[in-house]
Amino acid sequence: MSTPTLALEPLLSCRGLVKSFGHVIGLNGADLDLYPGEVLAVVGDNGAGKSTLIKCVAGALIPDTGEITLNGERREFKRTQDARLQGIETVFQTLAVSPALDIASNLYLGRELRKPGVMGKVFRMLDKKRMRTEASQHLQDLGIGTVQSITQTVETLSGGQRQAVAVARAAVFGSKLIILDEPTAALGVRESARVLQLIKDLRDRGMPVILISHNMPQVFEVADRIHVQRLGRRAAVVTPQTHTMNDVVAIMTGAMSVDEKDQALGPVRSAN
Amino acid sequence: MSDPASGTMDLAGEFLGRRTPMQRIQVTLHRYPYLSPLIVLIVALVIFALINPKFILPGNLSFITQQTVVIGTLAIAQTLIILTAGIDLSIGAIMVFGQMVMANLALTAASNATNFGLPPWLAITIGICASILAGAINGFLIVKLSLPPFIVTLGTLSVFTALTLILFKARTIQGPEMPDLLKVMGVAIKIGSFQLMVGVIVMLVLFAVFTYVLRMTSWGTHIYAVGDDPQAAELSGISTKRVLFSVYVVAGFITGIGAWIYIGRTGAASPNADPSINLDTITAVVIGGTSLFGGRGTLIGSLLGAFIVVVVENGLALAGLDQAYRVLAIGVLVIAAVALDQWIRKVRA
Ligand SMILES: Nc1ncnc2c1ncn2[C@@H]1O[C@H](COP(=O)(O)OP(=O)(O)OP(=O)(O)O)[C@@H](O)[C@H]1O
Ligand SMILES: [Mg+2]
Repeated sequence: MSTPTLALEPLLSCRGLVKSFGHVIGLNGADLDLYPGEVLAVVGDNGAGKSTLIKCVAGALIPDTGEITLNGERREFKRTQDARLQGIETVFQTLAVSPALDIASNLYLGRELRKPGVMGKVFRMLDKKRMRTEASQHLQDLGIGTVQSITQTVETLSGGQRQAVAVARAAVFGSKLIILDEPTAALGVRESARVLQLIKDLRDRGMPVILISHNMPQVFEVADRIHVQRLGRRAAVVTPQTHTMNDVVAIMTGAMSVDEKDQALGPVRSAN
Repeated sequence: MSDPASGTMDLAGEFLGRRTPMQRIQVTLHRYPYLSPLIVLIVALVIFALINPKFILPGNLSFITQQTVVIGTLAIAQTLIILTAGIDLSIGAIMVFGQMVMANLALTAASNATNFGLPPWLAITIGICASILAGAINGFLIVKLSLPPFIVTLGTLSVFTALTLILFKARTIQGPEMPDLLKVMGVAIKIGSFQLMVGVIVMLVLFAVFTYVLRMTSWGTHIYAVGDDPQAAELSGISTKRVLFSVYVVAGFITGIGAWIYIGRTGAASPNADPSINLDTITAVVIGGTSLFGGRGTLIGSLLGAFIVVVVENGLALAGLDQAYRVLAIGVLVIAAVALDQWIRKVRA
């Protein structure tokens, strides 16, 4: 405890990711490093390639070139399921919830619980009761968003409530890394504060988080390091301690560049 | 991104209990999509019984169930496909193909060139497998080549129809030429003066089994998810391609059973069998409250829808109306059902 040991190996590392959509270039040689236990904010202008970058990490997109390593091992995710099996959970900007399904089904979508014994094994019967009780327990524990009933279909929820469901799904199932792409965009003040608290709780549990946000005060409140994305690449990595919000905005727009030695490319937090 | 403003307004309405009666109907129908076909069916039954008392005689009711059995069975397959936001225009052609395979393989008359004389159970199995294969071809074209189901099945409708005619020389195989097992679905069990066909029992069992599958298994949940929002389903870790392909294969299987039932129901196997069956199954599914946009609907609705199609035809005939009016009535029902669906879908925040 007295001598904080810095974990020098990144948990997740991306090198030279390129992703183009026809003649539109989404990523143009992007790098990313995430160290154990940290909250890494990713900021940048609209179209800077933030979502594209995390989609590559989440398995939703396959980069044209470049490599992704997780715990020092090279990974090639073909589908989101591949990343999920590695413990990476993502709240996508589009939320990726199924409107016609109820909240419990959405929480367990793609990893439904089956009844024990013959009913589950042979007849593949879902344990709806257990999924519902556990889902409402999870929502209550997380304290994000209030819903009338866990069997309500998601299409009847407000935008903010849907976002809460998506965040809850990631928070419940993420075991190695949680990625949040603008998780508070549709949330009210109180719900946003809850999500920020949730991020802090996750960090206290040692769970690393990648947070994409346009909300600078939020970013400066929770981030250990701030990755600034610009024109499909990493422009700089700074910390809330070394740089101001104005600096970050200046880097985003290209008005300012930061010398490598002044950046926070390595870990800044002790992993405990 | 969903519109947060409309979400807030909805919530406000909900909390203040500011729901008009119309809104309440809308929400209820949204939650229980089989309610509207149930009401339509009951109303139709009552009206037709009042117009012509013959309508509710056991004999006529047996006749109605027999008329429904093929549409009903194929409507199960069609429902699974429409739930994924697809459509199958080739379902009738696959059924005809399947029954011709069965009948020709089991043909007992020695006079024919296509006489294979296989044991009837084997002929039926191969016929069902042929239907599964046909479904798999649809699924392959839709999933691997990413072609719209409407176009693919419009094409395979012609392909399967032509294949049937080329392979089986447009020859109708009469009942006496076939072994009994092929015609077993048409055997009627007498319950008083009501005649319950074996095929009807099979159809009801299939409805029960697939209702269970849709409601109580992961596969069922994934079918709804894929039809509802394929991108979201994929991002949630569901392999939409695998789900889609499997749905067309399973639909092929159900259609194969439908082929067997069809032989029993008509007592013959004709390559020119009922060309209206395709559209009838889609009509049944749509009237049954399943959304053509996918992700919403029930099998029980489709069963009711199949009965509505037959009851309206039968009832209007007994009321002495011309065939043209029956066609007109079905058309009006379909448009009404789709309009109702559009209205119900507005519940979405
Ligand atoms: N599926 C796609 N097809 C075509 N172009 C795309 C696609 N996804 C992203 N792009 C393009 O890639 C670029 C980066 O997009 P991306 O969504 O990663 O931006 P972003 O940084 O997340 O922006 P925002 O802050 O608006 O969410 C944009 O120019 C966008 O038009
Ligand atoms: Mg984005």
